[in-house]
Amino acid sequence: MPTEPAIANAPVHSDRATPVLVEVENLAKHFPIMRGVFRRQVGSVRAVDGVNFRIHERETLGLVGESGCGKSTAGRVILRLYDPTAGRIAFRGEDIGDVHGESLRRLRQSMQMVFQDPQDSLNPRMTVGSIVGEPLVEHGVAKGRALDERVDELLNAVGLSARFANRYPHEFSGGQRQRIGIARALALEPEFIVCDEPIAALDVSIQAQVVNLLQDLQERLGLTYLFISHDLAMVRHIADRVAVMYLGKIVELAPSDELYREPLHPYTRALMSAAPVHDPELEAARERIILTGDVPSPANPPSGCRFNTRCPMATPECSVREPEWRELRPGHQVACHYAGDVERMPAIIKTGEPG
Amino acid sequence: MSGATATHPVLAVEDVRTRFHTQEGVVHAVNGIGFELGEGEVLGVVGESGSGKSVTMLSLLRLLPTPPAEIVSGSARLEGEDLMALDADRLREVRGARVGFIFQDPMTSLNPVLTVGYQLTEPLRLHLGMDKAAARERAAQLLDLVGIPEATRRLSDFPHQFSGGMRQRVMIAIALACSPKVLIADEPTTALDVTIQAQILDVVKRLRRELGMSIIWITHDLGVVAGLADRVMVMYGGQVVERADVKSLYARPKHPYTRGLLRTLPSPDAEGETSGRLASIPGHPPSLLQAPASCPFAPRCEHAFDRCQRENPMLQAVGEGHEVACFFDVDRGAPRAD
Ligand SMILES: Nc1ncnc2c1ncn2[C@@H]1O[C@H](COP(=O)(O)OP(=O)(O)OP(=O)(O)O)[C@@H](O)[C@H]1O
Ligand SMILES: Nc1ncnc2c1ncn2[C@@H]1O[C@H](COP(=O)(O)OP(=O)(O)OP(=O)(O)O)[C@@H](O)[C@H]1O
Ligand SMILES: [Mg+2]
Ligand SMILES: [Mg+2]
Repeated sequence: MPTEPAIANAPVHSDRATPVLVEVENLAKHFPIMRGVFRRQVGSVRAVDGVNFRIHERETLGLVGESGCGKSTAGRVILRLYDPTAGRIAFRGEDIGDVHGESLRRLRQSMQMVFQDPQDSLNPRMTVGSIVGEPLVEHGVAKGRALDERVDELLNAVGLSARFANRYPHEFSGGQRQRIGIARALALEPEFIVCDEPIAALDVSIQAQVVNLLQDLQERLGLTYLFISHDLAMVRHIADRVAVMYLGKIVELAPSDELYREPLHPYTRALMSAAPVHDPELEAARERIILTGDVPSPANPPSGCRFNTRCPMATPECSVREPEWRELRPGHQVACHYAGDVERMPAIIKTGEPG
Repeated sequence: MSGATATHPVLAVEDVRTRFHTQEGVVHAVNGIGFELGEGEVLGVVGESGSGKSVTMLSLLRLLPTPPAEIVSGSARLEGEDLMALDADRLREVRGARVGFIFQDPMTSLNPVLTVGYQLTEPLRLHLGMDKAAARERAAQLLDLVGIPEATRRLSDFPHQFSGGMRQRVMIAIALACSPKVLIADEPTTALDVTIQAQILDVVKRLRRELGMSIIWITHDLGVVAGLADRVMVMYGGQVVERADVKSLYARPKHPYTRGLLRTLPSPDAEGETSGRLASIPGHPPSLLQAPASCPFAPRCEHAFDRCQRENPMLQAVGEGHEVACFFDVDRGAPRAD
């Protein structure tokens, strides 16, 4: 597979490049498919299948892509919540692909996850106060009054009243539960946080509050984020660079404003054109690129370019030869045979930015 | 479409009040919500997180455990029959068959120890009397409809083997299985990327056109509301604060909360660059530990004046099909005369 590791991608939010914090090379995670009485393995789901990128200190890398393309799995493997099937994961230059036991526990203090499904991190039998405080207790960071104060502070930071500390998760609305998960992930002030759809269940005002909080913490504590989201406008706002994933692979990676202004991969274009517009008149009038063709399965990905079965500009070659990962502009990489070939591209359909 | 509702609503909801008994006291989650849903109409529901959107809809179908929940009042007439007064058996017939419900949290409503295929075929066999083979075939079609690849194989998978967005689509498929008269969708597309979301919205629009399905669509995504809803209802602190057809709501929002909400959208400026901090509505939502005696939004409202602290405004008509619960007239910049 001719995918090369991402080459020097300086974050664009500051003039000087900060050191690399997280690096993945040819990262893969496959889930076995078991069938029959004897649970025989009959195949595998290639959820993440050869992914490369770097995240610099204090940078936010956005990760977007189709539902089921492997974003959550990638986030979990990087944090070692799953063991990788193949590839390398480095944190501060140190290989963490197979650390275990005490070293893994120590690592957890620096790397946290905000889970897409709050259920995954919220124990229904614990009060919210103890859920948020648990990492602090577990790592011996705070106890007694200091612990209570810190928990109150964290709840306040995500817009929840400290009065709620004695309630259980089921006593909250969907958006409130999502914020409990965020407070918990922030408790240890980790260096790196994978935010998996952290704002999906929040109204726009609270979304703004949470995103502002994440940005403040980044400024103040120098945090680094991998920000997984379907909200393209919010990703553009928060991310320095954005990676676009399709069926287990990264197909495009660029500084965020550039990606939105000039997406080079046909999948990225289709994605951008489908973003809903906050205006009923424009929404009714606009056009979008509709993807046709069967949605392929990661258990049986198409040969050649994985997008070829749905690509509006695919040629016979695309089903045979896998496109190389090319840097077409400084810091803008893409995997498509025709990425530079603007003529053949379906036009970016202007989705009516106001004004 | 909004015209049709006045004459013959499919679903007419009145004065729903639901509270929770908790250690800290009584939480007044829903305080007198009413609305009508016309045939083939899509009603968008937006509002602050914690404003009672889910609890309202769960109350209609009595899906909340009591206690701690207590439904103090309310009726929900589906083609004349009050759902909130039905006995348990009849209610079970209605749920799934005539009313489809997509829950906000797929993992709390999908059973983790049953295969997705089982959970999809069960309502088909129960409500439509299909045999096993026919139900499986239909289940695979439904999964395919919501864009899940290799649908037939995936019927034997368990929910944890699906991605977040796939679980959500399984929920959607279950809710649509029996072609219900009314679909209540609570944040059904939060975990979907925009292309799959667009595909789901197309499916929903088609069902509404072909089957005359009426839809309640709860969402935080004001873009989705703009493209899908005929009318929109805005909630705050367990009450409806504004209701209007979709175009006037976006063009002429009247309630200070709605206006704040529309202002907080991140929008690229002229050069397409986004920068700086996002606007949010300052202040905190109401605690709900008291029954509202004043406007719930007053403490955060830039226009609040003495009356807002004393009285809770009722919804009143301010234009064709446009209602707002606010004592202040934002167009004139002065208190409303009434
Ligand atoms: N079991 C419960 N016990 C106590 N309070 C509850 C319970 N369930 C919900 N609530 C409260 O009732 C209020 C309304 O909750 P609801 O789930 O309807 O909000 P929502 O508008 O759907 O919010 P979101 O957009 O975050 O999903 C919230 O403030 C919530 O904290
Ligand atoms: N534990 C598991 N066992 C088997 N297959 C799995 C498991 N977890 C995920 N998968 C499969 O791996 C693929 C990628 O899933 P993942 O959750 O990473 O997607 P995602 O990009 O996060 O999608 P979404 O946007 O819907 O959350 C999917 O096809 C999913 O069904
Ligand atoms: Mg996911
Ligand atoms: Mg809700």
